[in-house]
Formats: sequence, C-alpha cells, structure tokens
Amino acid sequence: MGEQLSFWQFSFDVVIPRLFEGMGITLKLTLISGFLGLFWGLVLALVRISRSKVIRSLGLIYVTIFRGTPLLLQILFVYFAVPPLFDITLDSFPAGVLALSLNAGAYFAEIFRAAIESIPKGQMEAARALGMSYSKSMRRIIIPQTYKRLIPPVVNELAALTKDTSLVSVIALAELLYTTQRLGAKFLRPWEVYFWAAISYLILVVGLTVLAGHLERKLEKRGGV
Amino acid sequence: MTPIIELKGLVKSFGETHVLKGIDLSVKKSEVVVIIGPSGSGKSTLLRCVNFLEQPTGGVIFFNGDSLGIKKHNERWVKRAESELNLQRTKIGMVFQQFNLFPHMTALQNVIEAPIQVLGMKREEAQQLGVDLLNRVGLTDKKDFYPRALSGGQQQRVAIARALAMKPEVMLFDEATSALDPELVGEVLKVMKDLAKEGMTMMVVTHEMGFAKEVADRVVFMDQGIILEQGPPEQLFSNPKEARTSEFLRLVESV
Repeated sequence: MGEQLSFWQFSFDVVIPRLFEGMGITLKLTLISGFLGLFWGLVLALVRISRSKVIRSLGLIYVTIFRGTPLLLQILFVYFAVPPLFDITLDSFPAGVLALSLNAGAYFAEIFRAAIESIPKGQMEAARALGMSYSKSMRRIIIPQTYKRLIPPVVNELAALTKDTSLVSVIALAELLYTTQRLGAKFLRPWEVYFWAAISYLILVVGLTVLAGHLERKLEKRGGV
Repeated sequence: MTPIIELKGLVKSFGETHVLKGIDLSVKKSEVVVIIGPSGSGKSTLLRCVNFLEQPTGGVIFFNGDSLGIKKHNERWVKRAESELNLQRTKIGMVFQQFNLFPHMTALQNVIEAPIQVLGMKREEAQQLGVDLLNRVGLTDKKDFYPRALSGGQQQRVAIARALAMKPEVMLFDEATSALDPELVGEVLKVMKDLAKEGMTMMVVTHEMGFAKEVADRVVFMDQGIILEQGPPEQLFSNPKEARTSEFLRLVESV
C-alpha cells in the first residue's frame, strides 16, 4: 500500500490530514503549557526576589531541580511516579501539560527575574517615595517596563517549549511526533512522514515568531519600553 | 510650633561604614534648608533617610511629631506596617538626581499615577491637577510626551510636578540638578525657587552654591557623617566658623 502513490498524493491524501490532528494537539499543549508556565514563572520570579531569604532559597531549589534534570525524566516522573503516590490516575494530556508547565515555569522564572532586576533601582525608589506599596510598584511600574525586553527571551523559550512538547510522545500522547512515528511505522515511507512533521513544527515556531514581532513593534510605540 | 521634620541622633551605617554619625536637625514649616558638603559626607544618605528609602540604623526621624517608619510598641521601637509608612511617604515629596520618571508613561501619566493609585483620586480630577502642575513647571505642551522625548531639564521638571501632585508638606531634592547639562540647570533651579517663594518646606542637597545663597533660609554643612556647622547663608558663606567649611567653600567656588 502507498507504494504506487506519488510523493504529493501520499502527502496530501495520507500524511498531512493525519499530522494535522497531531499538530492540533501539539498546539494545544504548547498554548496551555506556555500560558501556565508563564504565569507560574512570574510567581516563581517574585519568589526568587523575595525579601525573605527562606522563600528565596525555596525558589532557587525549585529552579535548580527543574533546570538540572532532563525534561524527559520529568515527564515520565509526573506520569508514572506521581499518581500512585497520591492514589490518583493522570491521563497523558494533563500529565504532559503539568510536566511541561512546571519545567517551563523554571525557565520563565529566570527570564522574568533577570528582566525585573535589570530595571534601574531608582524606578522602585521613585514609586515607593510616592507612597506606592511594594506590590503596586511592581505591578504598575516595574513589571510593565520589562515587557519589551522580555519578548525575545520569552519567544525563545516558547519556541523551545513548542519543540519540547514532542517529548510527551513517550507517554503515548498523540501529539505531532507520536503521530508521525506511528505513520512512519505503518506506511514505511519515512521521508514524506518526517518531512511534513518538520514542516509542521516550523509553521508553529515561525508563526510564534511573527506574532512576537508584531507585539514588539506595538510596544515600541509606548515610550520605547 | 512643632517642626515638620526633626531628626534626633540619626545614625546610618552600611556594614562597617558609618555614613551618618548622629545627626540632629529640625526643619520648620516653609523653611528652606540647603545641605552642602563634600561627596561622601552623608548628605544624600541623610535625605534618603527622611523618607525611609534608607532605614536608619539608629535615632528617630519625626514628621509632624510622628516617628517616621517606626513606632513605639511596648517601650520598644518597631517598624511600622508598610501601609502606615506609605501614608507618611505620600506627604514627603522626593526629587532624584536621575529624575527616575517612569519611561512607559507620558509626562501626564507620570504625574497622575500616584494620585490615582495611592490617593484614589478620580481620573478626571487627577488629569486636571496634572495639567495644572505641568503648566506650573512650564510643560503643558509636553504632557503627552514620553520621558525619552524630553530633555533632562524637562524630565526633572516633570519629576517635580509628579512629586507635587501628592500635595506634599515637604519636598526633598537630592542633587536635583547634578545630572543636567549646564545650560539646563537654570530652568530646574527656577522651578525650585518658585516653590520656595510659595512657602514650600524644602530640604535640598545641592552643589549649586548660588541657589543656596539666594534661596536658603539655613545652610547646613556636613562633613564625614556629622553636621559641622549651620547658619543663615550670608553667615555661613562669608564667615564660616570651621576650617573644613572654609576649605570646602574655597574649593567649590574656585571652580
């Protein structure tokens, strides 16, 4: 089967429709984990710059663990090792999202922390001198100034995350790479299958980059920060 | 009459470095006190203690008779809750050497941010106030400009308007003209002089001896963490008591 089909026929009739589904799952994984990871990363970043040494150390330990162990191991850990511990079952999609978000959070935290610390000390002082609280100063004055300088490293990390979702194929989640491997094994035409999988990842990452470029130009109009 | 600001035995150390070694100073309402002294004498640190940007190591600062940033609790001094300190800070305006305007906000937004966010002022009311204040510092036409599109002198005038928007009872100027190109110093000093004329209580750290002579009610000379001498400008400048003071004045005025 498939032997008689040309490259284009095989691609359009067989590979692309099936990869499309996998791509949808990959996109969903990326968006949900990216969103949760960004939020979690912001929380962790604030933990990392906390005025309490104990809280700061907890943040450092978290980041060290999640950056210091392979993501693949973390995915397997969350899927296989954690549920029995709490006597629950975890499907592969939520397990994948959880592992990816926890991991991305550690990387985003470091990006956010560096960006917050790059804002001149005088900004916080000016806000506090006007009677603003620490949290309001952060929310209104410091964090908004980090947006533009955050875009490049955050896009970088989101691109990495998009590709890292492929690791979730080890827990049999039918995302893009898992679907690809199944197709490759089934039809024994690896060239088309892997070619279109690569194109699919490229589309996702390039789409992300284009979006980020728009955002960056929009922020440029706002006082250049 | 209680002084607006009263420092009692103010001490500040950074580790083993003792920057302020026991400062007593009081400032009356509408008084303009100019603090001068060589770099490293502790004058900026002193000013930064007066709104608790630096937490004193010892001594007490009274603002309108209330201890600033700390309070007595069971016979011991404890830190005030953040909200209490914030309330005290709203009445103490500060102008920084580096302006510290918020770069993601226009001039007007810079001015109205704290009145809205801290005092809960209505946006329309704050905007009216903001336009009035920018008018007062001569920048009405720049209200929609972002800081990076303004000159240093303009930025500093916005910063003064921003501090005034909180209707402070005292204004602190920490070398407000030191980062400016020479030709821009005058416009900022003029705004400061106008403020002094209108009766604002001011503590000013500066290297502008001309300003001190013209505007100060009292000049304080600091050296190595203490107040070496103080007095009305005519006396301190023409007839200093201390050898260190005359030496400093000679050095500054020979420039």
